[in-house]
Amino acid sequence: MKKNKTECSSLSFSDTIFKSISIISVCLTFIIVTGIFVQLVWNSRESIEKFGFSFLFTQQWNPVTSVFGAASSIYGTLATTVIAMAIAVPLSILVALFLSELAHPLISKFVGICIELLAAIPSIIYGMWGLFVFAPVMSKTLQPFLQKNFGFLKIFNGHKIGIGVLTAGIILAVMVLPFITSVVCDVFKMVPNVLKESAYGMGSTTWEVTHKVTIRYGLSSIVGACFLGLGRALGETMAVTFVIGNRHKISASLFDAGNTIASTLANEFAEASEPLYLSSLIELGLVLFVLTFIMQVLAQFWLAKMKKSFGGGL
Amino acid sequence: MSRITNTLILVAGIIVMSTQIMTAAANAKEDLSDVTINGAGASFPYPIYSKWAYKYHKLTGMKLNYQSIGSGGGIAQIKAKTVDFGASDKPLKSKELNKYGLLQFPMVMGGVVPVVNFYGINPGDIKLSNEMLAEIFLGEITMWNDDKIAQLNPDVNLPKLEITVVHRSDGSGTTWIFTNYLSKVSSNWKDKVGNAKKVSWPIGIGAKGNEGVANYVKRVEGSIGYVEYAYAMQNKLAYVVLKNQAGVFVEPNMDTFKSAAANAQWDKAQGYYLVLTNQPGDNSWPITGASFILLYKNQADEKKIQAMLKYFNWCYIYGADMAQKLDYVPMPENVVKMIDKTWSKDIKVNGKPVLPAE
Repeated sequence: MKKNKTECSSLSFSDTIFKSISIISVCLTFIIVTGIFVQLVWNSRESIEKFGFSFLFTQQWNPVTSVFGAASSIYGTLATTVIAMAIAVPLSILVALFLSELAHPLISKFVGICIELLAAIPSIIYGMWGLFVFAPVMSKTLQPFLQKNFGFLKIFNGHKIGIGVLTAGIILAVMVLPFITSVVCDVFKMVPNVLKESAYGMGSTTWEVTHKVTIRYGLSSIVGACFLGLGRALGETMAVTFVIGNRHKISASLFDAGNTIASTLANEFAEASEPLYLSSLIELGLVLFVLTFIMQVLAQFWLAKMKKSFGGGL
Repeated sequence: MSRITNTLILVAGIIVMSTQIMTAAANAKEDLSDVTINGAGASFPYPIYSKWAYKYHKLTGMKLNYQSIGSGGGIAQIKAKTVDFGASDKPLKSKELNKYGLLQFPMVMGGVVPVVNFYGINPGDIKLSNEMLAEIFLGEITMWNDDKIAQLNPDVNLPKLEITVVHRSDGSGTTWIFTNYLSKVSSNWKDKVGNAKKVSWPIGIGAKGNEGVANYVKRVEGSIGYVEYAYAMQNKLAYVVLKNQAGVFVEPNMDTFKSAAANAQWDKAQGYYLVLTNQPGDNSWPITGASFILLYKNQADEKKIQAMLKYFNWCYIYGADMAQKLDYVPMPENVVKMIDKTWSKDIKVNGKPVLPAE
């Protein structure tokens, strides 16, 4: 009896330690996030005071006259992210379906490893590949093709130099693809076989099973995976800096050069010596922070709503 | 008469040089392996600074870390006292130097060259006047077969091709030198864009670093950019022949850089604030610049500052050949003597001069 009691107390002791370590970790995360936010606001106060809300809507970025506006960077960040997601999401879901449902296990394993390797490549390599290999291909094949067939759309009408918003978006899609694919693939593998087999048993085709059972079952996790990719696309720096052309101007054409928040920071932080310049750059960082935060909140919100209406298993 | 004076000056020069070499050689034998010097700043002179540091380390054991973080970064770091010396391509005005108690002197010079790329063009093929260069970068001349360019280049087969301007996307000393030149030769540029390490470019695409601009120019048909001379040579880019202040078309090379440097009047520049763009002289390349070192006048560690000054002196004398091999222009001897004097006058530890007065 006595022995039992000590065991119990030692158990509760280790439990307490575990609990307090967990609490400390949570607090630390919270403190770091708030700390970053407070620091960003504090250090950008000069620019916030000077420009106010017009910072978000001004296109001009002129270190000589000290007029700074984030509009072109915000636009570039959103445009490249939208392009990346529009390409990467359908593609990675298809790849994941093929790997988990249709392919021979051996092929699935081999291709799976290849895709995970894509995720391990440093972003600067993507940037250099983009500049040296992909940009010339863009300017010689894809851009002339798009302009010829869809040139009536303003977004595909411009100077075909292979460097610009569209190229950056496509590179981002390649970078985001492995993240979404590997998560979605795991999700599909976790769909209970009983569910799929019963659907097949009722005479469903592969397509019907896929779209009515497999995808619906894992929908919330798929959306989660997409937001993981979205986070990466929003903040990607080096690869984008190489191929986007770094221009502070919003242009109707996706062929034209643009910039993103992250690429502007990468380019200009080292040489920004005047206080207002530096503080404007930090405010740009703050904008990215808030943007990412809003995306996360929206994602959570949407997920919760979707879970309610669809059900779904994971 | 003048020949005799010239010979006398030459002899005097040789004597001064040889005494300096002897002291430098004597210094070089000293063991400085416990001294570490940290510097940071301009990327423009980074190749030569790292070569000098490597050679000197082999000779004396002194460690020198130079971080090529950009001129703005160099100025910020020396102000924050995190490094022993800062380096900048943009000279500081004496008012700012005095405010922080800093001393500034030029270390090495180099040239910035416009480079172009379209089918069939070779280095030195195309001539541009000052105004035309400014108009291209302002976006006023948009095609390569523009009448103005064609008039000046009757022998060149100019394509009907849109001009793509390539500029630096990061803040940079090279940009500072280039926009300084454009501001001097074009009032339109001065009013609309101005002179800074990072400006609001009216047109074009931005690339990171000299190597980035070189790559973009190589990549994009119909482009024009500007890079430090060594990058144009290494990448075999087609440089432009420019009209200088004297109205003569000159090619960028060691001779024309030297000519621009020789015409610079350092003795009249307060705190060595001198910009070498658009210098007089028939043979002067118009976009030349110096890279500067920033030091505190009042130093705390006597051994360190002495080692540092000896090192800089060694770079001026022994490093000149290495600099030329990397396409930099070494400082002329008379300027080095002036800098020597400035050191002995201004650099102090606890109020005492570090170097003996001459």
